Amino acid sequence: MASIGLINYATFMGTMIGIYGILALGLNVQWGVTGLFNAGIAGFFAVGAYLSALLTAPPSPERIMGWELPVAFGWLGAMAGAALIAWPIGRICLRFRSDYLAIATIGVAEVIRLVLRTEESLSGGARGITGVPRPFGGFEYSLSQFAYFALVIAVLLLVYWALERQLAAPWGRMMKAIRDNEQAAAAMGKDIAKRRLEAFVLGAAVMGLAGALYVHFMRAITPEAIDPMISTFLVWIMLILGGSGNNRGAILGAVIVWLIWSMSEFVTDQLPADVATQAKYIRVFLIGLMLQLILRFRPEGLLPEESGQRTSYRSPPSSR
Amino acid sequence: MIEFFNFYVVPGIVTGSVYALGAIGITLIFGILRFGHFAHGDLATTGAYLALGATALLGLTPWVALPVAMILTALLAYGIHRLFYRHLESRPKILTVMASLGIGMMLRSIVQVVWGVDPLAYGSGIARAQSFGGLMLRPREIATLALTLALVAALLAFLRYSKWGKAMRAMSDNPDLARLCGVNNDQVTRLTWFIVGTLAAASGFCLGINTELTTMMGWSAMLSMFAAAVLGGVGRVEGAVVGGLVIGLAEELSVLLVPSPYKSATAFVILLAILLLRPQGIFKGKVL
Repeated sequence: MASIGLINYATFMGTMIGIYGILALGLNVQWGVTGLFNAGIAGFFAVGAYLSALLTAPPSPERIMGWELPVAFGWLGAMAGAALIAWPIGRICLRFRSDYLAIATIGVAEVIRLVLRTEESLSGGARGITGVPRPFGGFEYSLSQFAYFALVIAVLLLVYWALERQLAAPWGRMMKAIRDNEQAAAAMGKDIAKRRLEAFVLGAAVMGLAGALYVHFMRAITPEAIDPMISTFLVWIMLILGGSGNNRGAILGAVIVWLIWSMSEFVTDQLPADVATQAKYIRVFLIGLMLQLILRFRPEGLLPEESGQRTSYRSPPSSR
Repeated sequence: MIEFFNFYVVPGIVTGSVYALGAIGITLIFGILRFGHFAHGDLATTGAYLALGATALLGLTPWVALPVAMILTALLAYGIHRLFYRHLESRPKILTVMASLGIGMMLRSIVQVVWGVDPLAYGSGIARAQSFGGLMLRPREIATLALTLALVAALLAFLRYSKWGKAMRAMSDNPDLARLCGVNNDQVTRLTWFIVGTLAAASGFCLGINTELTTMMGWSAMLSMFAAAVLGGVGRVEGAVVGGLVIGLAEELSVLLVPSPYKSATAFVILLAILLLRPQGIFKGKVL
């Protein structure tokens, strides 16, 4: 039955788009609204995925935890864990320009990967963590896939709604004021370091939630499951192409970029084996080039930020 | 005692030289052009593989291929600036930082397509270590230290005494004031990229000849190079050298305290500590 295969594939794609959409929303809080450069998205994603897996999976003699808690606790734990890692990094780095945050977040992602690869009692070693429960996992395969897809989309919409509320509130306007002219905002008495920290931690929590959604979808995870730079980079391109500062843009970017990315994989899979490995790196080259082209020709993205004209792209307020 | 030097201090100083050469480039870009250059590690990787290409295509020995690679990487660095960074100059600097992260990925994937992902080496044959009163040094280690010393001395003299070196320092201190005094910022920028590319190639080459060539080596070393630049003080060449040596030694010595897989986390811990305690670095650099 080809049509069932097609539907299953579409559901899989839709679920991945939903998960990446949530990552892009999380990044939008940090970069789009606050101007913070997080280059370690994969690290926060991995923390969420592992923590949720450890909280909900059955115990195993090879590793710690495995508490078989309800999935909702796993998700909350994932958000809290990612936020807890973001907090000290933000405390140290947000006093400086975002270049420092970028290198520190790359460092965090590398250290997290190092810990997961080294501490087998935490990550289950090369076999990884298996048997992670999935909501609606007991249903027949196609139905289970579809039900989980619907759940991911519901979470995406919930996150979207919550962030829209938050950005429409005075908090959101204050964040944009800080982003566009830090000195003026400081002169108005805004606590810039504290507000930036809030945005950084909130964004990281959303990324942790995306990680949890991913691990319950896949039902298993190994340290090699996520390529740190490629997945971080994809989220960046999604947000910038879609429109930094605009939540709808973030979701639109996730749809477009994920479709392009997996279609290109579809094409390279048809190639003979000896060219196929090289084709993988050519794809990476092309997404790097795509970023350069967007930055050059359409930095505001497809759906530019709506209100409060973002002037900072044309004329930086100061030498910063 | 001499074992301690042979097993930890010598490798630490050799790795530290590699980091120092990379960190000088990062600190010059950070100081003069005012952005964190995240393609730097991959620029070093590219330089190392260009030297490998020169040995294969022109039949040169590795150390003769190095100057060829240095020139090519200098041109490459400037070309990247012209094609991808220059048009972002009038925008917030963070966009250039982001572009450089993408450039790093592009350079890495080119190397992976051309040379494949399996580790390579400049030449076979085991270099015997010679004993200097118990201190065991391999010829390639001596050459690495000599090269680092020569490049750093030349660069410091250039910055201190030559007209162009003074222009670079002036632009680092205050670009607007430098321009008013007749410094051509475009030419200083070009010169900076040439110097940075040259040093990046040397850094990658020394990394490759002392271990092996892998396509990820520059990316993995970049965190240490950044930590070295911040530790020494952003914009300070002598700081980058000291920072590089400190990070290199700290990484080698870290295995005495923590399990060896965590060696590469040492630089990250030092980076956070220096940002927390003394963000201007040892030599009072810039804090951006």
